Amino acid sequence: MNMNSTGRPTRADKTSSSKNAEIKSAALLPDEPLLFEIGGYEHSGVDLFEVEINDEFLGGFERKTSLDLPGLSEPECLRHYVRLSRLNMSIDAGIYPLGSCTMKHNPRLNEKIARLAGFADIHPLQPVSSVQGALEMIDELALWLMELTNTSAVSMSPKAGAHGELCGMMAIKAALEAKGQGHRSIVLVPDSAHGTNPATAAFLGYKVRSIPANKNGVVDVEAVIAALDDDVAAIMLTNPNTCGLFEPDVIKIADAVHDAGGYFYCDGANFNAIMGLVCPGDLGIDAMHINLHKTFSTPHGGGGPGAGPVVLSKALAPFAPVPFVKKSGSDLSLIEHVNDSDSFGRLTAFHGQIGMFTRSLAFMLSHGKDGITQVAYDAVLNANYVRVRLQKVFSLAFGDQACMHEVLFDDSFLKGTGVSTLDFAKAMIDEGFHPMTMYFPLVVSGAMLIEPTESESKKTLDYFCDKMLELANDAIAGNVDRFKQAPKYAPLARLDETLAARQPKLKWTKS
Amino acid sequence: MRYLPHSNIEREQMLKAIGVNEIDELFKVVPASVYKKKSFELPNHSPEFLVQAKLEAMANKNLCAANSAFFIGGGAYRHHVPASVDHLIQRSEWLTAYTPYQPEISQGTLQALFEFQTQVANLMAMDVANASMYDGSTATAEAALMARRITRKKKIILSSSLHPQYKDVVKTYLNDDGKSEGDLICLPDSEDNKGNISSLIDENTAAIIVQTPDFYGHLRDVKSLAEAAHAQGALLIVVITEIISLGLLEAPGSMGADIVVAEGQSLGNPLNYGGPFLGLMATRQKYVRQLPGRLCGETIDANGKRGYVLTLSTREQHIRREKATSNICTNAGLCSLAFSIHLSLLGQKGFVKLARLNHARAIAMVKTLEKIEGVELLNKTFFNEVTLRLSKPANEVVEALAKKNILCGIPVSRLVPNEPRLENLLVLAATELTTDQDIKILASSLAKELS
Repeated sequence: MNMNSTGRPTRADKTSSSKNAEIKSAALLPDEPLLFEIGGYEHSGVDLFEVEINDEFLGGFERKTSLDLPGLSEPECLRHYVRLSRLNMSIDAGIYPLGSCTMKHNPRLNEKIARLAGFADIHPLQPVSSVQGALEMIDELALWLMELTNTSAVSMSPKAGAHGELCGMMAIKAALEAKGQGHRSIVLVPDSAHGTNPATAAFLGYKVRSIPANKNGVVDVEAVIAALDDDVAAIMLTNPNTCGLFEPDVIKIADAVHDAGGYFYCDGANFNAIMGLVCPGDLGIDAMHINLHKTFSTPHGGGGPGAGPVVLSKALAPFAPVPFVKKSGSDLSLIEHVNDSDSFGRLTAFHGQIGMFTRSLAFMLSHGKDGITQVAYDAVLNANYVRVRLQKVFSLAFGDQACMHEVLFDDSFLKGTGVSTLDFAKAMIDEGFHPMTMYFPLVVSGAMLIEPTESESKKTLDYFCDKMLELANDAIAGNVDRFKQAPKYAPLARLDETLAARQPKLKWTKS
Repeated sequence: MRYLPHSNIEREQMLKAIGVNEIDELFKVVPASVYKKKSFELPNHSPEFLVQAKLEAMANKNLCAANSAFFIGGGAYRHHVPASVDHLIQRSEWLTAYTPYQPEISQGTLQALFEFQTQVANLMAMDVANASMYDGSTATAEAALMARRITRKKKIILSSSLHPQYKDVVKTYLNDDGKSEGDLICLPDSEDNKGNISSLIDENTAAIIVQTPDFYGHLRDVKSLAEAAHAQGALLIVVITEIISLGLLEAPGSMGADIVVAEGQSLGNPLNYGGPFLGLMATRQKYVRQLPGRLCGETIDANGKRGYVLTLSTREQHIRREKATSNICTNAGLCSLAFSIHLSLLGQKGFVKLARLNHARAIAMVKTLEKIEGVELLNKTFFNEVTLRLSKPANEVVEALAKKNILCGIPVSRLVPNEPRLENLLVLAATELTTDQDIKILASSLAKELS
């Protein structure tokens, strides 16, 4: 069987013949051809005036290469993209319990606010005097983020969580260099971390030193102390971690890292579990990104755009990138250059993901501080409810302990059944669910990481758990076909990822 | 709390099922010294209409483009986005789906990405494009790193007329201020491409990075730059901030570019005060395994039916961790969908018309403005954006005209401060939305301001 390096099969094996059941209605589950197969080179869905132009200012650089871009009339276009959309699972259609992804409800007020002309139809380089309301919006969001984390600085411009990691780690690097500690070359990363953490450290030229999780799924302060030396620049620790557990030694770890002259980068992907209850600033963090598209409900949009503002400790604040908003009295200004300062530079043109800021601020104002605390409570309540309902049959990765916003099972309950985590996930599709995160984190075999979020009702969770137990019992009872042939009730059967990677076909060409 | 489904009775039932008396017991692992210690100085929850009113009040303080005579470009352009684009991207199935990790139930997103990659590759006349980056500036920095990986050489040379903020992002990503004689050479900002980039290329050069139309609006001779780079084994990276230009101007892939990066905002996406936008990135087939970011590829399912998956993920951080080509773990999904829908509506016929219309509006603007005393046009070539040298500092003119609801362009000094020779330069753009009336208003106010 073909597998990737995380142990996940990448093509169906011989026993999983996976035939689609003949249940589909061509109208509801369309086979939609490619745009290039239905569009026409003479077709267009936009009316524009024809103009005569001469080549006076074109310098001989006119395009001679064909564009090969077919067009669609408006009705054809609507139909193409509506038909394609029906092939997607979405939060609005059902529970989407991807662990560490926080697939919560995306309020539609957010969408309305982001589209107000006063936010959507303003240019990033128009005079600052003409966008005071936009700066006020950014400043207010920054205030919420600092207040909820109990920190005194925030860099708003990072465009996604991984971009925020770059921001925080660049600030750490700059701070070390300013202290004459630029020789430090190691970053400690627990082996349960998101892949972006080691990738970020390596991006900045650091060597990664892995810290193992202990038998309880968390990092021991002793393991950190053993790994610390004069060469360690920082630790990148996710808290709550990707096993769904709060790191109980986090304060001791922060102290140990600081005592050794390093900094503490916290991956804030899982802030949803603790916001309003625990302030990361009180835990001793120096930098933490906040995924607005997770915790603060901006839509995932099929893979972005995200937004990853980074809160910073007093020690790192001077090294923050430009731009930032400065308030003096009621006047707001935008600092776009800093001469002779410690700022490490600029991470993006313009000022960040403004359209995500408006959405997040709408979410925060809607919930308020009382609601935000309730969000964390309900997220944790829901994950623990799923845990206790499933743990009689499913195998908890780290024993019977309360979890935070997500619960991690391994595949030991499937041992000997012939059913893999992948098979199980595909069978969930046939029950109407988006599968949980699978094969991550890498610290347990066949990981199943379930994050229901606060958006799911008790009824939904009960139905989900009933079906999950039914599937697990079926696997244990030896009804393997249901899993190997899954998904039967999806637009396509299992896809051959091995073929896709061996003979990459990355664009349409005329055959 | 309208977004939270549980009643308090249900919460009690669930706590009981879990075996705890109150919710705080689930947090007992949190050190007591930091649990629920801070009383937040923030308001409580609020009904929808009050939240809307508060944010509308902020929005109303901004002068939006629609309420002004508008001429700003510089990497973000105001174009008409057809109504159906925004309608489609707000469908739940697009808006509220995640990254397509389960391809069987994500074929909509995957097929749309495959179509997007094809559109981008064809626009640029390149072999392969990825599924998008954060924006044009970060894509430019990633291209510099990619060139270093491909060539195993270090030196990167940035053209003098690359967007100044793009330069800053490259410097930051490369952790090199470009001031010393090191691995990054930044030619000083210049409105007329001063500094012969070709003469700086040597056998240690990984790539030169050139924008066309450049920040000042000039069209650059990409072909001769490609020849100069290739003669020394270096790559040519072409940057495009106004993607509409490719409807009228030759594709970089046909002129020898090895990597093309662009800002895609002009199609499908509003100005949004600068984000979210989408970065486009394309390259030659032979370099595909060094390309950062997501890629979607065609395959078949277990029944032999055509389908799409994310592929070549052995380049990516979730598989390769510290050995990945980049730490990027997302694309600009919804923005790239909007781009793709807009381009599908245009088709090549509409796209070419749109490009010609933009150029025609810019010519109309230029012909009017160059008659004004105190205005000197610096461009011999342009697409829809030009640089004027005014008889006084451009930032003073911009501020004065903004008070009359005229957003007349970008003073170069905003992006490159403390350079007296650039102080009087104004970069301004026209698009299909620029009316004769807008140009007339600008011309008369500008004439008054400069007289």
